[in-house]
Formats: sequence, structure tokens, C-alpha cells
Amino acid sequence: MSTSTTSAPPPGTQDPPPKTRHGPARPAARRGWRRSLRRDWQLYSLAVLPLLFFLVFRYLPMIGNVIAFRRFEPGGSILGEQWVGLRYVRMFLTDPTFWQVFRNTLWLGGLTLLFCFPLPIVLALLLNEVRRRSLKRFVQSVSYLPHFLSIVIVAGITLQMLGTDGPVNHVLGRLGHDPVRFIQEPGWFRTIYVGSEIWQTAGWGTILYLAALTTIDEDLYEAARIDGASRWRQIWHVTLPGIRPTMITLLILNIGTFMAVGFEKVLLLYNPLTYPTADVVSTYLYRAGVESNSFSYAAAIGLFEAVIGLVLITGANQLSRRTVGTSVW
Amino acid sequence: MSLLTPRAPRPRTSVNQPTRGYRVFQGVNGVILTLVVLVTLYPFVNIVARSFSGERQIRAGEVNLWPKGFNLTTYEIVFQDSMFWRNYGNTVFYTVVSTVIAMVLTTCYAYVLSKRNLRGRGVLVGVAVFTMFFTGGLIPNYVLVTSLGLKNSVWAIALPNAISVFNLLVMKAFFESLPTELEEAAEIDGLSTYGVLLRIVLPLSKAVIATMVLFYSVSFWNSWFSAYLYMDRTDLMPATVYLRNLISGATTGGNAGAGTEQLSQVGANIQAVTIVLTSLPILCVYPFVQRFFVSGVMLGAVKG
Repeated sequence: MSTSTTSAPPPGTQDPPPKTRHGPARPAARRGWRRSLRRDWQLYSLAVLPLLFFLVFRYLPMIGNVIAFRRFEPGGSILGEQWVGLRYVRMFLTDPTFWQVFRNTLWLGGLTLLFCFPLPIVLALLLNEVRRRSLKRFVQSVSYLPHFLSIVIVAGITLQMLGTDGPVNHVLGRLGHDPVRFIQEPGWFRTIYVGSEIWQTAGWGTILYLAALTTIDEDLYEAARIDGASRWRQIWHVTLPGIRPTMITLLILNIGTFMAVGFEKVLLLYNPLTYPTADVVSTYLYRAGVESNSFSYAAAIGLFEAVIGLVLITGANQLSRRTVGTSVW
Repeated sequence: MSLLTPRAPRPRTSVNQPTRGYRVFQGVNGVILTLVVLVTLYPFVNIVARSFSGERQIRAGEVNLWPKGFNLTTYEIVFQDSMFWRNYGNTVFYTVVSTVIAMVLTTCYAYVLSKRNLRGRGVLVGVAVFTMFFTGGLIPNYVLVTSLGLKNSVWAIALPNAISVFNLLVMKAFFESLPTELEEAAEIDGLSTYGVLLRIVLPLSKAVIATMVLFYSVSFWNSWFSAYLYMDRTDLMPATVYLRNLISGATTGGNAGAGTEQLSQVGANIQAVTIVLTSLPILCVYPFVQRFFVSGVMLGAVKG
């Protein structure tokens, strides 16, 4: 707030562009545009195809969201046939299934944030204490590995591990426990989802933190040691503040993807038996839209989801700019 | 103080001496990290062991880290399955085409964005960055791709994902770090903008180009959802969708020609075999790839 008042010039100082000496008086801006177009047309021409990509495949779908307020018929215009107002919004707001999937989304998103956000920090701190470089590199290389695999493979491995003939049930059997059908039990879905998410992402998440750790000034540690700080106090007062900007940036980005939580993974891991806990907003709208052809209804849900996502990320960004002074933009 | 005495070597004795508690911590830390490694690796090893094991031994839950009842029957069946190979070939084809398109578009746009003095640069950056925070959503995308008639063609996979804004920003940061004098000199010597890009900038950018090719090709190799969404025919699907259909039980895999005994063998470990075969290329390039990925991610994070 304060920055905007100081940076804006006081009224009256921003004079209209002075008339040029030769030629008719044109707004300077347009003249400048013409000149830079003539000079840099080759550069601009390189941007044409990418811009076309953004317009067609990114911005057109944004506009295409109007079908949330219009009746759409498959095969008809992609912008729908006629206005129906908030009909589809009212429809999903009164739909009990919608509220169930909304709750599931909050659950999965919240649990993911709770576990998948701090674990890479802990892992990075632990790795940072390893003195032998070869060992450190080995642990890192292994822990990134799952990140490079297709999500289909991760889902496949998860299902294999938890199947009735899988290793987990094998261990349970050894302990005299009956086999658990993890995949069919709604009560297990959240654990499975979060667990596989940790397995896949924790190692990869450490990269940025380890990079941030190397930028911390060694003298700070020395000063802390001379002041008698124990290892724990050094971590608390030097290390954590040192990686705080990275932490906050990643937290904001995580919050931004909160609503879109693991669409592909849920789609791969869930089944009708686990819908009560596994079905999230994005999978519900996928089924409603693509499988049952209720495009307008699904688009309304999708728009709602995207707007919440945007509000969450801008809100988190604002909040962190106000409170800690770091922000993504 | 530092003016009077030369800087002493860091005192390794009194303050830096690892305390007893710290030694304990180091031990515990080692144990924790070993556990992390084991937990990460175990599923892979187990899947590989299963893929070589006998049906009965898998059902009995005997397979752990080493194949039990070693046999290659399932590999033979998968190798003889023409659909699997066709889908595997599709994956290669889709990956190559999509990566080429993505590289051309990303390089062009990143180069334009790297020109600090270009008029309208801020708008061009904004157009790209805004799409990171707000997207059209699944349904409008689906409607768009369908009505453009891209269904059942490689374009449905390649075009909607042609530019990853993250990769774009990494590349832009790299181009910005190149010395501008070089390009100016080339321009004075009479090269056009295209010439500068092709003959000066790109040869200097081999590292970032290699990184981007890896980023894109791994992500296209791994992708499954657009193919699942836009491909109706099984002979057009990539290997990831083949695997997905196996896991979800939509198909049993293997040809109908296989005998019943063979088929029961298939049931238990064909998923393992397919997982192994689909992830094999990634695991093979992984040792070479990861270095690039790591530096790329950090570059993107610092500048992006």
C-alpha cells in the first residue's frame, strides 16, 4: 500500500507527451510502437506461434468457461447455445455429492500440505548434516528417483505393494494378521494417497532447500557457536531463517494447487468402493463432464475450483507479503 | 582485531569439536537416511523380483527381494503381444513429435522474452505467467480439443502442452545470462535476428537445450492423461495407458492365443513386467539426466 503511493508520481507531473519537432503530432506511444515494430519485426515474428499457442490452448479455454453459464450441447458451439445464468452453479451447490467431494478435497489437500510440505525440509536438514559427500549424493540420487517415473507407474507400484499378495500384507500375515484389502477400503485411501505422495515427492522437494542451505553464510554459524549456541539452537536461529524465503515460496505455491490435489493420482488409485473418501472435486467433474457428458455442469464446478485456487494463492501471497515480507510476485 | 592479527584458521578444537550428543545424532541420522533409501528402493526391487517370479510364489507372498520360481514366461507373453509393442512405439513417436514442437515454440518465445529492451516484453511475459495461476480447466480444454478435431491424433497430445511456462522461464533466464555484446557484434556484422539466434545463440546454449529436451521428453514419455482422454482406439494409445488399463483391470493383457496355464501366470505378474518395461528407459537415462534436472530446477527457482 505504502509503495504504491510513493511510486506513483504526484498528479500533474505526468505531462502529456511533448509534441515532436517534425511530423504531425502523434501520440508518442504509437509512434514508438511503429518504430520498434519496424526495427524488431523479426523478433516479434518469433513470438507469433507461441502467442497463438497461448491464445488458443490457454486463453480460449478460460473464455470457454462461459459454458458454465450457458447450455452446451456436444457437437454444438464450444461457447454453448443459450444463457442459463447460474443454473449450473445452483445445481452443484445443492448437490450432496458435490459437498462430499469438496470435503474430500479439503481432507486430501490438507493432509498433503501437512505431510508433504515439511518432510522435504526435514530431509534436507538431515542430509545437510551428512559429512561424507559421496554418501550424501547417493541418498539424494535414490530419493529423487520416484519423481522421474510416470504417475501411472507410481500408481501401479502402489497397488502392487498393497495388493493382497503384496509385501505389506505379507508382513501383516507374518504377524498373524488377516490380509487387508487396502485398495477397496475407503478408510485406507487417505493414508495410501499421502504415503505414495511422500514416497514420490519428498526427495525431489529437498533440491531447492539444499540449494538454499548452501547460500547461508558460514560466519553466521561461527558467530552462533561462539555465542554458545548448541546444534539445535543453530538450526533454529540460523538455518531455518536462512531457508525461510524458499519455504514461504514453496508454501504459497503448494497452497495454490490445493484444490487441484492429485487429480491424476486419485483417478488412478480410486475405485467406486473408495469413492466415499477418494472422490475429489476434479475427479467428480471429470466423471460428470467427460463420462456423463454434462459439460456445462462440470465446467461450472471447474470454474469454481479454479477461482478458489486463484483466491487461495493470491491470498497466501498477500498474507506473506504483509507478515514476512516475502512473496512470489 | 583482524587488522592486527592475520585471520587464524578456523578453530577446529574447542567450539567445533563434535559433542557427544552430536555424535549420537550423526548415528541416528545415518539410520534415518538408510531407512529413507531402503523405503525408496524396496518397491522397485520387489517389482523387478516379481516380474521374474512364478505365479504361485507371488500369490503365496513369498517374493521379496529376489525372484522365487524364476521364469521368463510373462516376459515372453508381453514380448509377443503386438499391442504392447505398438503402444510402446506410440510412446516413442508421441514423445519425439511433442518434444520437437515444444522445443521450437519454447525456444522462440524464451528468446523474445530475453530481450530486455523489447517493447511490450512485460505484456508478453505476463501472457505466459498468468497461465500458471489460472487455467481454463478440464472441461473447456476437452471441448476445445475435441471440436478442433484433434482427437485420435498426436496433435491432441503435442499441441495443448507445447509450452511449459516453467521451462520457458528457465530458458529465458539462460538467454538473459548470455553476453549481449556477442549478439550486437554479430548484428553489426550483418546477421539478421534469425541468423543471430541460429548461428550465435543456439550453439552457445547447448547445455540449456539439452536440459529442456530432457525435461520435455521425460514428461511426454510419462504422460498418460491426454492420451487417455483423446484417444479412443487401443492401437493409438501410449504404453502408459496400456499399463493404466492393466492396473484398472480393463484388460488382462497378453494375447488370447496364450494357453490358459500361461494366462494364469500372466494375471499375477504381467503388471510387474509392464511396470518394469515402461520405466526401464527412464531408469536407464536417469543417472545422466538427474544432474541436468537438478541444475535446471535451481536455475528456474532462482530466476523464475
